[in-house]
Amino acid sequence: MNTESIIEKFKEKFNSDILEIVMKNQKRIIITMRPDSIINVAAYLFKTAGFRFIIASALHTKNGFEIHYHFSKDSVGLILNIHVILDKDNPQIESLSNMFNASNWIEREMHELLGINFLNHPNQEKLLSEGNWAEGVYPLRKEFK
Amino acid sequence: MSKKTLIPIGPYHPLQEEPELFKLYCDGEIVKDVKWETGYNHRGIEKLSESKTYEQIFFLVERICGICSSSHPFAFANAVEEIADIEITNRTKYIRSIIGELERIHSHLLWVGLAGHFLGYNTVFMWAWKYREPVLDLFEMISGNRNSYAMFKVGGVRRDIEEIKIQVIQKVLDDIKKKTDLLTGAVMDDPVIHARTKGVGILTKQDIIDYGAVGPTARASGVAIDVRKDDPYAAYPLVNWKVITAEAGDVFAKAEVRLLEMYESISIIEQCLDGLKKEKEGEISVKVKEIPEGIGNGRAEAPRGEVFHFVQSDGSNSPVRHKIRAPSYVNIATFKKSCIGQTISDATISLAAVDPCYCCTERMAAAYDLESGVKLMNANELINESVKRTNELKKTIMSKL
Amino acid sequence: MGFKNYCFKKSLWVFHFGGASCNNCDIEILDCLTPRHDLERFGILLVGSIRHADVLLVNGSINIHDKERLIEVYNQAPKPIFVVAIGACGCTGGFFTDSYTFAGPVDKIIPVNAYVPGCPPKPEAIIAGIIKLVQNS
Repeated sequence: MNTESIIEKFKEKFNSDILEIVMKNQKRIIITMRPDSIINVAAYLFKTAGFRFIIASALHTKNGFEIHYHFSKDSVGLILNIHVILDKDNPQIESLSNMFNASNWIEREMHELLGINFLNHPNQEKLLSEGNWAEGVYPLRKEFK
Repeated sequence: MSKKTLIPIGPYHPLQEEPELFKLYCDGEIVKDVKWETGYNHRGIEKLSESKTYEQIFFLVERICGICSSSHPFAFANAVEEIADIEITNRTKYIRSIIGELERIHSHLLWVGLAGHFLGYNTVFMWAWKYREPVLDLFEMISGNRNSYAMFKVGGVRRDIEEIKIQVIQKVLDDIKKKTDLLTGAVMDDPVIHARTKGVGILTKQDIIDYGAVGPTARASGVAIDVRKDDPYAAYPLVNWKVITAEAGDVFAKAEVRLLEMYESISIIEQCLDGLKKEKEGEISVKVKEIPEGIGNGRAEAPRGEVFHFVQSDGSNSPVRHKIRAPSYVNIATFKKSCIGQTISDATISLAAVDPCYCCTERMAAAYDLESGVKLMNANELINESVKRTNELKKTIMSKL
Repeated sequence: MGFKNYCFKKSLWVFHFGGASCNNCDIEILDCLTPRHDLERFGILLVGSIRHADVLLVNGSINIHDKERLIEVYNQAPKPIFVVAIGACGCTGGFFTDSYTFAGPVDKIIPVNAYVPGCPPKPEAIIAGIIKLVQNS
């Protein structure tokens, strides 16, 4: 199993949801996808293709709120970034934490730092903001003119 | 009717060092649920990163965690060098790997000491920390500081390891090998330690995969993942070494993996020192013009597992976004699984076995409801419970011999 | 030499409060107890409760969540108590003064008697700091 065959299989399954593929080299690939496909993509990567969920990085840009879900295929050293762009006024996406526990904490953290809503999260409670900053304040958001 | 009692560990327990509040909900002697309260250590590092230059960020990420002090700059350097497609020299690779492995040795020795303390073996604590001192002296010789070495920069390292230092390192390593034999023998052959740690705090392979756990915590349950082998960087593909795993997934397996990894680290450093002798002195950095626009995923194997840095650059002097994930972030979450169903006297050693580096992670704030009928046991008393159990076991086992 | 000063010249009991820190200073403080530096031969002990302590060691940049706890710990301490701020973060906030959770260096929250700068300060520096403090009191 090498990177090419993994990506070919992925493209077959999710052709209609893929917006863009950027292949930096054999070990670093970024695939931009539609946000509503995230549950099926994560289920395929975690359960069928044997990827491990590393972490998710969220950022605030002029396009809106972007999230990179980082998955690792340890046998070939591949990091696959699943990149989604969310609406800037009402950022929300389905939570992955009902599928596996690895994303539980980071989704809560992204919610506190950027205000992204994770739908159906099993316990979207405070993670680090208690006593540190107020409700409705999102420290990692930026001001765009 | 069974009473639920609430037993907090922390927040300012002298030997857990960092503030973290674990609340154990117990039914008699057995732990039924774990909730934790964090937020004590959040320093806003990711936001700070966005206002510092790439060179300054190396000093910032070093201070995320004192024990894995070189792993964060390592992963960050990998990420930035990936964005800019920088090829580092062989000498840089060897020096970086030497620093990474020396750190692994001192971190595992620190862990052995703390685990010994939690079990009630204070002598192990004192010995392990005494044997750490020569490693810290080596760091002081190489970099000028015992911790926070400031050795990394984009495209290279900041100080060289010359011929005379190589000889000193070799001598100290020979000494450490003997001391590691002593410690391994003392810990691995002791029947009381077997009784206290075998079958305690078990994590199955499925648990590891579900939580995405990494490092010795994962390798002790048979999941053979190690960034140095899976996604090789620096000098690791240039030397011979093997990934240490165990099958049982309990505290004993985790201790075994860490102790045996120290031998592999010593071997890697010796091979890197040989490699250094073949490379030209002084070639420790390459010229870096600018960091272009792009995305970098950098990772490194810290003593506790995989450190991951995501850097997005827009061509300016500071990153647009710098996401840091330390191994303890995913490993500490497994504590819930490994602690529930154990007795309270085993709770501290189950927690210590994950080797939580709290300052790498952040503590979470989780609201909890206080059950009525509460007997509060503070952190010292919890350790005393653990020590009491060790003493009981000692009596039973010694009387059978 | 008054009665209070006479008492302080004997074995000091030390309580350690770690704020939002990277742990380097915490480990160097613990290192003072290990065989190479061995503070216990002077009778200096690390205690588990502030109510038994003569000296309060504070390190780490204090974030908003820790601030109340620091004030609480200081109020619970039996007076007179010596407060020592350890490390760059304890003395001035170090790297983290610009952060959105920074709640001021230690001396803006509780009165401090001595500062031991360094990142981290070596165990020798910490010991020298405590001894200077006792001699000058």
